[in-house]
Amino acid sequence: MTRQADLLVLGAGPAGTEAALAASEAGLDVVLIDEQADAGGQGWRAPLSGLTLPRKGPDAEAGDALRARLAASRVDRRFGRRVWSIGGAFRLDAAGPDGPEAYQAPRLIAATGAHERVVPFPGWTLPGVIGLAGATVLLKAQAVLPGRRVVVAGSGPLLFAVAAGIIAKGGEVAAIVDMDNRLAWAKRLPGLARRFDLLKEGLGWTWSILGARVPFLAGYGVRRATGETELSSVIVGPVDANGAPADGTERSFDCDALAVGHGLVPGGEVPKILRADHFYDRLRGGFIPELDPFGRTTIENLYACGDGTGIRGARPSAAAGRLAGLAAAYDAERLDERTFDALAALSLKALADYRPFADTVAAAMALRPAQVAAITPETIVCRCEDVTRAEIDAAVDAGAGDINQMKHFTRCGMGPCQGRMCGDVAAELVAQRRGVPRDEVGFWTQRVPLRPVPFDTMIGTFDYADIPIPPPAPL
Amino acid sequence: MSLVRVTNGVTRPAAVTFDVDGVSVSAPAGEPLATALAVAGLLTLRDSPRNGAPRGAFCHMGLCQECVVSVDGRTVQACLTPVRDGMTVNLGGTLK
Repeated sequence: MTRQADLLVLGAGPAGTEAALAASEAGLDVVLIDEQADAGGQGWRAPLSGLTLPRKGPDAEAGDALRARLAASRVDRRFGRRVWSIGGAFRLDAAGPDGPEAYQAPRLIAATGAHERVVPFPGWTLPGVIGLAGATVLLKAQAVLPGRRVVVAGSGPLLFAVAAGIIAKGGEVAAIVDMDNRLAWAKRLPGLARRFDLLKEGLGWTWSILGARVPFLAGYGVRRATGETELSSVIVGPVDANGAPADGTERSFDCDALAVGHGLVPGGEVPKILRADHFYDRLRGGFIPELDPFGRTTIENLYACGDGTGIRGARPSAAAGRLAGLAAAYDAERLDERTFDALAALSLKALADYRPFADTVAAAMALRPAQVAAITPETIVCRCEDVTRAEIDAAVDAGAGDINQMKHFTRCGMGPCQGRMCGDVAAELVAQRRGVPRDEVGFWTQRVPLRPVPFDTMIGTFDYADIPIPPPAPL
Repeated sequence: MSLVRVTNGVTRPAAVTFDVDGVSVSAPAGEPLATALAVAGLLTLRDSPRNGAPRGAFCHMGLCQECVVSVDGRTVQACLTPVRDGMTVNLGGTLK
């Protein structure tokens, strides 16, 4: 059975949920689909069912408010669904809790969010090394510490959120290792101060970190992680303002966990599969779709919003989601121009108000070319296929000019994560080796399955009696 | 070593018990399997296909596939699979 609707929204983070609510309020029959068990995305993720925490942070409260509004709405909520196929104008196939499902609507909003970028270093594949974003999921949604003694390293505000989260829950942070030096953060203060509520949250993290007397290494990066079968220590060293290793003394920290991240990459597979036009934007995290101010892509009736269209953060994503939902309702002639203009004006203003803050944070999380240039030859870049930097360089030297050719030469990006973990860094390596801008090496040609699914999940259960056997061809 | 469940002020669902390669493991019902295994000290979930190096859960949000294991004979991502009473988990080499 195919569920027919006026609008499908894929992804139930702040962007997708607000899009679904706006369109539903305007009268569209909306289906909202997500892989997780509830709405909220990664940042505003709902705690596990049955788990209660002693106190809630601002993100938990924002998530609860969003989920309460969704529960009171007419939006058809389909959680725990893994969408694996997408077709034009617009059909989604999903693996649901009871087997295969299909959805069809003339309009689609892609709100698939972002995933983490970790610029590789020796030892990053050791068990015990996890992403900063993964650590936030453990802390916020599961009340679990990433380890008994944790090094928190990388760049951007997630560093401080994770370190403060570990301290608040009674865990031990062995060290905080920030690629930015103090001057870099001082320069960002005017931009951060534009959202005083969020700056205050950040200062609260800093305060708890200072109170815990955690070693704080500003202007340092991870050189390597070591251990036999699991992580046992992290070696860090100074980096310059561009993220390249600098002269100076290395320091080693014994630990059983390393939470590390170097920003976020837009997860924009849906507009790529449907061949919307894209462009490269380093500040926004990678290749992102060309959009009008309301989230319309270059494909008719395909909209996109949220961090999948460029890294901005949860609150701006919510505003962008609202705009996409309104645009879908307007294009479906469920809103007149005056109402649309009036409703959209509020979200357009919110988006503009967030922009200086969002740009400042995005800059702290953007890919640093000098950090990528410093990846050592033997370092694994593609985790799925164990492809090293030296093999990527060799492929380029042998004539692989773009990211897809490099994939064919090396199998980099061909594994089950489908290039999500390595793609951004691998493309940067190809561009640097060739000495050309990132645009010229492109990105993976996106294809289904959108996510890997076992074959039996795709086809569901059947009996041999269900298989039609055609009559034999006449001889 | 392992992940650590926060106990101070946190209430969780009752524990369930499941089998991991013949060993009985307990965890709160509904906790992601990747978390439950790591709390039990089982950080290594499989070996990488080419150089055989140990791998464990990395992204904890359903993307990286490092935590793929076999549960009741089906290939699943441990970070997206809630633990259930009586489930049978096999670690090691499901992506080889």
